[in-house]
Amino acid sequence: MPVTSSNDNPDKARRFRDAALPYLDDVYTLARYLLRDPSDAEDAVRECYLRALKHFDSYRGPAMKPWLFAILRNVCRAEYARRATAPTAGIDDAAEAAEQAPLWHETPETPEAQVLRDRDASTIRRLVEALAEPFKETFVLREINNLSYREIADAVGAPVGTVMSRLARARSMLRSAWLAEEEQPK
Amino acid sequence: MTCDEAEILLHALIDGELDAGHAREVEAHVAECPRCAEALVAYRQMSQAIAAADLRYTAPPALRRRIEASLPQTRAPSRRAVLRGFAMGSAVSALAATGLVAIVLRNDDEQRIMSEVVSAHLRSLQAGHLTDVISTDQHTVKPWFNGKLDVSPPVIDLTAQGFTLVGGRLDYVDARAIGAVVYRRRQHVINLFVAQTPTIERRAAKTETIQGFNIRRWSEGGLNYWAVSDIGGDELTEFGEKFQTAMQANKER
Repeated sequence: MPVTSSNDNPDKARRFRDAALPYLDDVYTLARYLLRDPSDAEDAVRECYLRALKHFDSYRGPAMKPWLFAILRNVCRAEYARRATAPTAGIDDAAEAAEQAPLWHETPETPEAQVLRDRDASTIRRLVEALAEPFKETFVLREINNLSYREIADAVGAPVGTVMSRLARARSMLRSAWLAEEEQPK
Repeated sequence: MTCDEAEILLHALIDGELDAGHAREVEAHVAECPRCAEALVAYRQMSQAIAAADLRYTAPPALRRRIEASLPQTRAPSRRAVLRGFAMGSAVSALAATGLVAIVLRNDDEQRIMSEVVSAHLRSLQAGHLTDVISTDQHTVKPWFNGKLDVSPPVIDLTAQGFTLVGGRLDYVDARAIGAVVYRRRQHVINLFVAQTPTIERRAAKTETIQGFNIRRWSEGGLNYWAVSDIGGDELTEFGEKFQTAMQANKER
């Protein structure tokens, strides 16, 4: 029986292309937020697609988008490990530290009437990027990649309840940062 | 419901993840609790501001090409596959060995794309699907392409020069989405197809005839252009020249 490398199967390649390539912008967006560096993000996305193709035969779900995100997360872990000599902490290591030390000084209680004014995209991006992990990835998956809670749970391999509490925490941190920003003179 | 519970659940309410029963419970709590009510309003505003700001990134076209190039080709090793490898720079040694062959392949591929462009032109006339966005205003047509393609096709109003802008359309050539800007000259339709090139070399315009249609093809500023129409070759040449002149003028302005 002739053995051909499954990766050379043109039909598989076509199916993979049709299924996975439409999400390239989504995957790239998540990579940008997780790694905060355009060229690292590009490398991670390439690696993600290579791995996805390799495992495409065994892919049975979840939906394609969470599946790709799950692979990307693993790729990013490797990147965090590579950076480990640098002070940047990895996805899960940061969680504990974030609980203890919020990134922002506590904002004084704001007047109830104060509203969150619209901010420009670059300011919001900066605030989101500054969120600690794993809250940032949950937040980006929900607000920017538009995943449902179930899909986020699939992508990050955590129960939906964990997703919900992380999201609540992420939004609360972002709200504080947002208000702190507001109080600073421009 | 306690504030601790509501603090988590009101996010699910904002995200539309709660069933009707729980949604009512959260709403009932919020109605009685000013603190949670304030939080709900604040988070809603924040979500709306985030949605409005569009915080997504677009993958660089080069990244897309590199990933596509790393996929196995959909057809058995064809001349096209060799060509694509060449275009991506991954078959440089093969090129060095057989430079002449590469040039031949390249022409062959170009001919194939040209006939695909003619087919796309024909489809646009037959299917009653000439335009996805109908407007004679370049400032309406150009933004319409945003987010639909990995390039932004230049849209130039040439009405004063005798070519009326009709609109724009998404089409497929070479198995890729491609932008088509549609013009009219009297009763004749001109489709101007725009796609990116792997190189930024500038290539002079050339007018050819395929299946009775005239095609004028040129490359400039990292984009490939194919203008297709049944108008005469000289008029199509005039169109191409006026388009390029207007592009130049736009750049210098």
